[in-house]
Amino acid sequence: MKHTLSVLLQNKPGALSRVTGLFSGRGFNIESLCVAETLDPKVSCLTLVTRGHEHIIEQITKQLHKLIDVIKVTDISEGEFVEREMVLIRVKAEVNTRAEVLRVIDIFRGKVVDVSPTSYAVEITGPESKIKAVIDILRPIGIKEIIRTGTIAMARAPKK
Amino acid sequence: MTKITGAQAIIKCLKEEGVRIIFGFPGGAVIDLYDELLNSDIQHILVRHEQGAVHAADGYARATGEVGVALLTSGPGATNGVTAIATAYCDSIPLVVLTGQVPTALIGNDAFQEVDIVGITRPCTKHNYLVSNPNDLVQTLREAFYLASTGRPGPVLVDLPKDVVASMITYPEKKKIKMQTYQPNYDPHPGQVEKACKAILNAKRPVLYIGGGVILSNANKEVTELAEKIQAPVTMTLMGLGGFPGSSPLSMGMLGMHGSYAANMSVAKSDLLIAVGARFDDRVTGRLDAFAPHARIIHIDIDPTSISKNVKVDIPIVADCRIALREMNAWFDKSPDFDAAASAKKHRPWLDEIAEWQKKHPLSYQEKGDIIKPQYVVQKIDELTGGDAIITTEVGQNQMWAAQFYKFNKPRRLLTSGGLGTMGYGLPAAIGAKLAFPEATVIDIAGDGSIQMNIQELATARQWGAKVKVAILNNNYLGMVRQWQELFYNRRYSATPMEVTPDFVELAKAYGAVGLRARTKDEVVPVIREALATDNVVIMDFVIDREEGVFPMVPAGKATTEMLLV
Repeated sequence: MKHTLSVLLQNKPGALSRVTGLFSGRGFNIESLCVAETLDPKVSCLTLVTRGHEHIIEQITKQLHKLIDVIKVTDISEGEFVEREMVLIRVKAEVNTRAEVLRVIDIFRGKVVDVSPTSYAVEITGPESKIKAVIDILRPIGIKEIIRTGTIAMARAPKK
Repeated sequence: MTKITGAQAIIKCLKEEGVRIIFGFPGGAVIDLYDELLNSDIQHILVRHEQGAVHAADGYARATGEVGVALLTSGPGATNGVTAIATAYCDSIPLVVLTGQVPTALIGNDAFQEVDIVGITRPCTKHNYLVSNPNDLVQTLREAFYLASTGRPGPVLVDLPKDVVASMITYPEKKKIKMQTYQPNYDPHPGQVEKACKAILNAKRPVLYIGGGVILSNANKEVTELAEKIQAPVTMTLMGLGGFPGSSPLSMGMLGMHGSYAANMSVAKSDLLIAVGARFDDRVTGRLDAFAPHARIIHIDIDPTSISKNVKVDIPIVADCRIALREMNAWFDKSPDFDAAASAKKHRPWLDEIAEWQKKHPLSYQEKGDIIKPQYVVQKIDELTGGDAIITTEVGQNQMWAAQFYKFNKPRRLLTSGGLGTMGYGLPAAIGAKLAFPEATVIDIAGDGSIQMNIQELATARQWGAKVKVAILNNNYLGMVRQWQELFYNRRYSATPMEVTPDFVELAKAYGAVGLRARTKDEVVPVIREALATDNVVIMDFVIDREEGVFPMVPAGKATTEMLLV
């Protein structure tokens, strides 16, 4: 099962490598990892997507908690949450395909951020499923390069 | 405010933390700190190899329960300490290891004797620090001691750049350490305690399975009280030996790969396994799906990651072992449903069944005329020391024979590398323990292979008057691997015969120690007696039956009931 963990950790040198070292050392997998500082510059927030059986996820959560630099670990995929990923795609855009590319990115509410005589670079944001869909559609046209940020996620606020 | 040097601050802080002795080896990056040590009454023990320094600090820590401290220089000094740091980490031993580092301006520059020791030791320390701001120096050290000694203990490394140690700082006042991200939980959840106690009330075949956590939390009295109160049999892991008296009628000895028949059978038949400060290591469980298949499992451990890591636990209690056991004992004392006599009666058939197993397959070995059996040597060491010596071991057959045949009745009497299995641990650890308790008899039970891994520490023992005794069970083999080759590799003895071994008696003399040798069974007792009576470091070289094995043995990956017996 896919799990999205949100980890608050001290913004200190080496803190991130403690987290990644834990995953490689214990054979846990990381599908994506995204990290930046929070409102408090002393604290970073790390969104980590991993896969595993319930007992593996339990171990991951506990082992993360055990790291001295880790402040809080939340498995936000246990509740309602929003996730977003951004992707930059350089896609072939020659005379005969330009209109098609523009139509596709319009459908996905993306935008063109760089133009050359033979390609467009487009920016698209959304949950992982949307990113996958846009890649699938652009692939036959010809993707030259692709850069993904990895998922960031936030728990939804309680409705009441 | 008056300013002092970083080195002065470090020494002052060590004093504040109650450090009396540190083990180390100097070098360029720590020379300021060594200079300052001369102005201090902290005893510095110069070792002969940095691995020895950290093992000695570890032996000191295990014997006393205090934090052991080692001081190493940068680069190779630090890397030489890594095996010993990992040893302490695997057995949760509180250490503070101070390493020198090149000046901050040179870090990352491939400077002379520079290594990223914080990076290297990240997975084998509880936590580690590089102090880059002199103003953080003292607070960092205080945190290091706090982290090492609280919660699940462990080694903490503090890397000290040379310019930080040389800088002038204001010594901050001592205040209580509070770390936002580290708040170990000591008190058990009362509901869980009650659940555990009720499970015990309903059990017919309970087994107490105790590990190193009992020693670390000084819970031996509480374990004994519980076992006797409910009349449950007790088995110990290697790290738990001494946590419950080995000569008690309720003791089944060690369990696992080289555990007793009774201990392994009892776990397999048990309906309630009460694990205390143990972590279901593969050497204990054997094939996981066949481990305690009929038992509900209670697991008391201070580290939540230990719970349900290998074996699913029914009643977890995250707490300090001692406090949790105290609460359980109190629950039974208050509970109207508990009656000690009834509990004893309820468990009588179970204890009888265990007694049958013990009678049928006791720990034993076959005598072979005059030839010295290693088990006999350990038995005689046990007898002649009244079971009250501090025993360290190396790793391999020597370690298992020591664990099986020395009756550890008190905690902190067996110092051994359990988790990592580090050959070369025993001698330096013995030195650390002997310096902590100069009046105690400290014996390293060793093999001819592993003793050579840190044999240089004989000079340390001599220099500092740590009059330890070393009993080498000498079979001229790397015996444990040879045993596996005999049993599972068709007797193909690849790289296990030690074709050249020093003359240990002469070697002892070369170090100014005393060397004794026994070649026949009747020489064993006189040699041990002489060694114990000798006021010096002594090596006893016991020439043992070359191909003696350690039994029972559960082959790796088999169920613990599938034991090969003597």
